[in-house]
Amino acid sequence: MEYFERFAIPHPSPAIYASMVAIGLTVIAIIVGLTYFKKWGYLWHEWLTTVDHKRIGIMYLISALLMLFRGGADAIMMRAQMAVPDNTLLDAQHYNEIFTTHGTVMIIFMAMPFIMAFMNYIVPLQIGARDVAFPRLNALSFWLFFMGAMLLNISFVIGGSPDAGWTNYFPLANNEFSQSVGTNYYLFALQISGLGTLITGINMIVTILKMRAPGMTLMKMPMFTWSSLVANVIIVFAFPVLTVALTMGTFDRLFATNFFTTSDGGMDMLWANFFWVWGHPEVYILILPAFGIYSEIISTFSGRNLYGYKSMVGSMVIISFLSFLVWTHHFFTMGQGALTNSIFSITTMAIAVPTGVKIFNWLFTLWKGKIVFTTPMLYSMLFIPTFTIGGVTGVMLGMSAADYQYHNTMFLVAHFHMVIIPGVVFAMLAGLHYYWPKMFGFMLNEKIGKWTAWIIAMSTLLAFMPMFFSGLDGQARRMYTYSASTGFGLWNMLSFIGAIGLTIGFILIVYNVIYSIRYSPRNVGSDPWDARTLEWATPSPVPYYNFAKVPHVISTEALWDAKYRQHDLFPEPYEKIHMPNNSGVPFILGCIFFAWGFSFVFGMWIPTILTTIGIFICMAHRSLEKDPGHYVPVEKVKATESKLRGSQL
Amino acid sequence: MKKSWLRLIGLSTIVTMLTGCDPLLVLDPKGPQAQVQAKDIMLSIGIMSFIVLIVFVLLAYMLVKFRASKQSPDYKPPHIKGSTKVEIICVGIPVLIVAYLSFISVESNYKVESTPEKYKQEEPLIIYASTSNWKWHFSYPEEDIETVNYLYIPAERPIEFKLYSYGPITSFWIPQLGGQKYAMADMVNTLHLAADLPGEYMGRNANFNGKGFAENTFNVTAVTQDEFADWVKEVKATAEPLTEEKFNTLLEPGHVGQSTYTGTHLTFLPAPEGENGGHQHGTSHTKDHASQQNDH
Repeated sequence: MEYFERFAIPHPSPAIYASMVAIGLTVIAIIVGLTYFKKWGYLWHEWLTTVDHKRIGIMYLISALLMLFRGGADAIMMRAQMAVPDNTLLDAQHYNEIFTTHGTVMIIFMAMPFIMAFMNYIVPLQIGARDVAFPRLNALSFWLFFMGAMLLNISFVIGGSPDAGWTNYFPLANNEFSQSVGTNYYLFALQISGLGTLITGINMIVTILKMRAPGMTLMKMPMFTWSSLVANVIIVFAFPVLTVALTMGTFDRLFATNFFTTSDGGMDMLWANFFWVWGHPEVYILILPAFGIYSEIISTFSGRNLYGYKSMVGSMVIISFLSFLVWTHHFFTMGQGALTNSIFSITTMAIAVPTGVKIFNWLFTLWKGKIVFTTPMLYSMLFIPTFTIGGVTGVMLGMSAADYQYHNTMFLVAHFHMVIIPGVVFAMLAGLHYYWPKMFGFMLNEKIGKWTAWIIAMSTLLAFMPMFFSGLDGQARRMYTYSASTGFGLWNMLSFIGAIGLTIGFILIVYNVIYSIRYSPRNVGSDPWDARTLEWATPSPVPYYNFAKVPHVISTEALWDAKYRQHDLFPEPYEKIHMPNNSGVPFILGCIFFAWGFSFVFGMWIPTILTTIGIFICMAHRSLEKDPGHYVPVEKVKATESKLRGSQL
Repeated sequence: MKKSWLRLIGLSTIVTMLTGCDPLLVLDPKGPQAQVQAKDIMLSIGIMSFIVLIVFVLLAYMLVKFRASKQSPDYKPPHIKGSTKVEIICVGIPVLIVAYLSFISVESNYKVESTPEKYKQEEPLIIYASTSNWKWHFSYPEEDIETVNYLYIPAERPIEFKLYSYGPITSFWIPQLGGQKYAMADMVNTLHLAADLPGEYMGRNANFNGKGFAENTFNVTAVTQDEFADWVKEVKATAEPLTEEKFNTLLEPGHVGQSTYTGTHLTFLPAPEGENGGHQHGTSHTKDHASQQNDH
């Protein structure tokens, strides 16, 4: 291809120029705003260089919400295109790019940072630690993720978006059939952010295993921490497979190797195997922390301990194990024979058992409780029935013979949206409302919150239930149009209306945040929900060192014991606290990785070599640097505590 | 809770609609394989509805009975660890259900992966179905004819489709005759189907393969065995022969209408099976041929 053609210049669509201008103006507005309000120093010292797990968590949260809207815009365009037969709103190429980025953005750049936000923010607090095990590595993880996300997001204005589906099946994704640089963007965006995720996985496992408060044995960890531990173990096992697969794909596209080609010994199903060996566990990486959040919320608002703690833990461990034994169900139709299909059919359906155990445990946590309907609880209660529908259709898909009819149809699309939206998105929204006072010191408005929860839940049903029917009626997924004679029109129109409902719901969340910033009362105290676990024992917002004194734990519900069973949570005297120093290197390294990925996408080899050297210089800098951190003196801790806690002490 | 009841009503509507008057394609099978699959689907919907019902009822009960607004302010919920009895039930019943469904699943799998029981005594008709972007090539080696974008098949006779692809992975699917299977570049997959009745059926590629995916469909006409023999005779008498040149132009990406030829492309470009299979990693002449074609 000609040099400039790779950048898609000149571009056929004026909408792209409009987007470029919009992006340019936004960047200028941000720069002018920061300069005018003299916030550059604040941004650099307090955020870009921070190694504080709470700030990193908040940055993950903001990124996730932004990406939710990016992926949501894609979704609404897709549903609008499909709403009526023979629609010409989008052409095939556009539609293909949009569903590809919708899937990629929602899984990798929305759901993942959403769970990372909560893991980062909550886990150290919940185990009574002052930070994660490797704070600076944690900052690097975030910046790698963020730069990966940005790399994918600029694709549509420079060079063209990936268009081979979020599963990126080769040989369709290879040069011969996918000639734009879109797939290169996909490969590097996932590679860079995947590295960040893998580093987080290691970091979190070490944090949870080594940094728990005195007395907190493994079987006394709160459920969210348990779910995070299990999810991070899955990350550490699954993500290297993605790394290898993406590397092989990159070699195929840029260096003419033949791992996944149609000739010269390439095996196209090899990509599918690699992708789903990572991809299926990925689903549980997302859902387990979500289950953890539900466990915290349901137990708090039932006023009761979590029912069946041990079986909750056990079921998660079993799910994590089974998650690696089911990847083949993604291609029952690949012709691997009845025996293989039978084995994977059974392992797939088996996951329903531990998942069912969790549902029943939540139901029995409500039993004899004192249920208060707050917004987080409402999301959790809407989750149970919606997720159950999604879950049982998963069992249906697991029956391999029947899957021959569901495979690649809207039935499948309906199923995974009905598990991921209630399972992950509802949980994250519930967590957002639940932990908001801890993060920012005030509550989100309850009335708007409840309205939003109802609208989102009902719209989810309206948007995705019709797809079960259109799938059984023969509508394949990823078709950009269909004729009126197929009879899919009604189902797709219903879905479109549901999608509009979802859009309204998500806009209401933004409205709620703005409304609450202006009108919500401050000083809600450190424990506004009468919660049970350790993260609520800190003042809100949490001081940077988290705990002034090291907490001592006697059960899974440390704070509850302190409040109602006269347990002395903080028996230790004040001592000086060791904290890590801020560093700009993770951010700079992230920027270099972005430039590295961008150069690679376009095969610009000199910048690629220079940035590669830059990456190694940053790593060498860290190896040779002496940075022992700093101590916070006792007087300063005491002063901060009395200021934050006020009359509470 | 009000909403749970709404869901219940919704669910019962689903079930009635699935069994109702205007049948959805997959649930309106016209062949033994699709029948097995439709039966499995209906059975699993039944069992799953039962599970959904239990969860809904339990949830509704808990939410109505134990909400704080109905309790005295000084009620303190007890600390309950769990109960072995409850957990045996919560694990045991799902295990039984999954075991039963596994049994059904395995049994059906072997059924759909072999010649339909009903037509075992009949000699299967072999049809090679291959795709190139974005069309279908159907070769009838025994009859020595080939069609593009439409299928003519005899009813009440088992058919063995041999599936492969020139390029991206595609998926061969005729919802009313039976579920799909992938067509890939480096191996041949076999799909056993049969039609019980003459009729017109919709067929399509179900696996995304780029821009022309939405229109990557084909018509299936099932006729009686005599009519099929007549059709073959007629094609042989009237259709153009399929030359290598003609086939190469057909392989180029794009949409073409329906067409019919005598002879098949298998004679000059064999399917990737046996010694021509991609998994053999050999250097057979056909592979060189194929890669040369990609170079054009």
